[in-house]
Amino acid sequence: MVFQLLDHSGLCTYYRLNDHPGINRRIGVRKDKFAFLDDPKVAAGLIAFQNDTETHVQFYAPQIHCSSCLYLLEQLHRLDPGIISSRVDFAAKQVRLIFDPRRTSLRAAAELLTSIGYEPHISLRDWDAPRSKPSSGLLFQLGIAGFCFANSMLISFPEYLGLDLSEPSIQRVFRYLNFLVSLPVVLYCARPFYASAWKGLRHRFLNIDAPIVLAIGVTFVRSVWEVFSGQGSGYFDSMSGIVFLMLAGRVLQDRTYRNLSFDRDYRSYFPVAVTVLVRNETTGEDGETIKTMADIRTGDTLRIYSGELIPADGILTRGKALIDYSFVTGESLPVDKQMGELLYAGGRQTGAAIEMLVVREVAQSYLTQLWNRKDKNDRTSKTEGDFSFVHPLSRYFTYIVLAVAAAAAFYWSTHDPARVWNSVTAVLIVACPCALFLSSTFTNGNLLRILGRNHFYLRNAETIERVAVSNHIVFDKTGTLTEAGRQELFYTGDELTPKQQASVAILAAQSHHPLSKTLSRHLNAGRMNAGRSPEVQHFQEIPGKGVEGIISHERIALGSLAFLTGESKDKGKGTRIYVAIDRKLLGFYSTSNRYREGLPDLACKVKKYATLSVLSGDNAREEDQVQELLGRDTVLLFDQTPVGKSRYIQHLQRIGKKVMMIGDGLNDAGALQQSDIGIALTEDSNNFTPASDAILRADGLGRLPDFIRLCRAGKRIILASFILSIVYNLVGLAFAVSGALSPLVAAILMPSSSLTILLVTYGSSNGVARWLRL
Amino acid sequence: MSVIIILLIASLFIALLFLAAFVRSVRNGQFEDDYSPPRRILFDDEALPAIDPDKNPTNQ
Repeated sequence: MVFQLLDHSGLCTYYRLNDHPGINRRIGVRKDKFAFLDDPKVAAGLIAFQNDTETHVQFYAPQIHCSSCLYLLEQLHRLDPGIISSRVDFAAKQVRLIFDPRRTSLRAAAELLTSIGYEPHISLRDWDAPRSKPSSGLLFQLGIAGFCFANSMLISFPEYLGLDLSEPSIQRVFRYLNFLVSLPVVLYCARPFYASAWKGLRHRFLNIDAPIVLAIGVTFVRSVWEVFSGQGSGYFDSMSGIVFLMLAGRVLQDRTYRNLSFDRDYRSYFPVAVTVLVRNETTGEDGETIKTMADIRTGDTLRIYSGELIPADGILTRGKALIDYSFVTGESLPVDKQMGELLYAGGRQTGAAIEMLVVREVAQSYLTQLWNRKDKNDRTSKTEGDFSFVHPLSRYFTYIVLAVAAAAAFYWSTHDPARVWNSVTAVLIVACPCALFLSSTFTNGNLLRILGRNHFYLRNAETIERVAVSNHIVFDKTGTLTEAGRQELFYTGDELTPKQQASVAILAAQSHHPLSKTLSRHLNAGRMNAGRSPEVQHFQEIPGKGVEGIISHERIALGSLAFLTGESKDKGKGTRIYVAIDRKLLGFYSTSNRYREGLPDLACKVKKYATLSVLSGDNAREEDQVQELLGRDTVLLFDQTPVGKSRYIQHLQRIGKKVMMIGDGLNDAGALQQSDIGIALTEDSNNFTPASDAILRADGLGRLPDFIRLCRAGKRIILASFILSIVYNLVGLAFAVSGALSPLVAAILMPSSSLTILLVTYGSSNGVARWLRL
Repeated sequence: MSVIIILLIASLFIALLFLAAFVRSVRNGQFEDDYSPPRRILFDDEALPAIDPDKNPTNQ
């Protein structure tokens, strides 16, 4: 279908560019899925710019993955002449469209994208804030700092070489120029450090940026004083250089993460608009309209189509609901709901379309409350730098530096008051914690890059330190230890002949219940060419109980024990599908989740660093299996509610554990926030994940012990390079005091010490990574 | 020696030009997406086949 479309428009180059372009379209899309885009109010929230002839809009299309996608999406104007141009931002997986509103519409554009396999993902969050642009401020700051640093070095050089002593007027011009060049650095480039230091001070907390700001300020004031009183040339070049290097570290860190979103709330999951049924008073017939989420009120009747998310709590009024709550509760099997039962927001309808009456608005639904509760906890549990190892160090550092400066001031004020000013500023400049800062930003920046290469994305550098100190790891079960969407079936009972198995498979294929589908898939695996299948006669399905029918003269029934034998109590653990042939009970299939490979190995390695527990929203049917995989000393807790999970983590924290939580669904969102470091597991890094400190791609779970080791090594590298730089500075200081250091040597030593630290941190962190084969 | 001041101003001016070029490139978004532009340049511009208005491809 896509091929015809492309062939028709002469876009077959698409197939020549890559060997395997495109991904199969797995799920068909409902015809009116994008009807809500016709609503002017909905459209207004998404459109970035509009006039009579042009409309600009940006769609997020997570399917973009190769250069063929790029080619195809930028040729959209050949598929629909109403589209003026389309640009792809590959890194952000976004398509920017400009179209002519007189010739095509927003809805048509979205449908066109869907028809060629790039279904745009439009969530409530896009609608609220569609125009947010990433700030490029840091890049400007870096560029300007680089410019100032280079020129300041150039201007300072004659002074170091002693060339200008003969002509004092030229010397003065050089010094004033140097001052002018350094102004943008102090006033503009160093702003991120001021902001961070001020934030720390307001929370009555001296963070790493506080002594840096102090050093920048003191260096600047002293240099200005030297220049204007004609006593010296100041230290503008060193100051600009340090600011430049520190900014470079920050930019490096930021770039790894541009397109990962760590701060997601329920709005990222919710659709922008839903179908509402409105009763026409005159004819008494129901008609469909589209309403935005914000306009939904208690008492509205919503129509939820297959595959759609339930946006608000409500009562089922029509149809048979089969809701997949795995996202909210962790329960792996869809739940049957009958008419009149309450449906919670966040579930996904997997059966046919249903209608529901809203009883609680979106903002008050259970799901939204879950998010809001977590927001409150967030502020109390993770104040800045609670865990950071650099921060306490920097605090002591600041106190020590201030104490030394005060002591020097006191000493000189009694002996030689004229030298107070000189000695105090000298101490503050020499003791600038740039080395500490540089070693930590560059080590952490490099670690983040290495981890990112292995699909483990940490929110920021502090997270590395939290990973290093965590001593208890909590796993979620569904979707984390098990593979999402994969279930295995085991048969227990009298052996079935291949012919009987085939019959069971045929019968199961008739039903749309997810368990039947799993069963028929399980039995049909490796038996694709079975030839003509016998027909099912007298097929009947009793919802919620089972199916039966006659296949090749055998009466086969599948379903619950109550359905097959009339016995009301099923004593077995978990979900079972019983099989009866000619009214004789033969055995049952029990479902079991498929666990990820390498779990015992992972558990064994990780236990060197931390104790383990498993929290699951699922029932306890797989307790023995999990216990065996993770070892006897692992704590297992089943039937946990989202609130229960986060309480358990609170409990662990109260007994002094630093908790790392690894989970995947919304049901873990509260626990991820509560824990000291919450890691969201995802099958694909562009999938939606709950808000967290880190995102880990599922296939990297087995490397977790190595990640922890790397983070721990990082801490040691920072400490080592810090000690190195202190030794360096002390030696330099000793020479300076004895007067044996010429200005030229000092000017070379200053940047080379920073450079040494960069090389040491970079080299050793890469070395450790290579040793761990990361 | 005062010629050195003219040289200095000239060098600063050239450096400023580069800074302006950098600022412009950041503004244009050249640092935002480093995947698409190098590939975009490789796509040939082909002659457009006429699109038949009777068979609007979006209807398929």
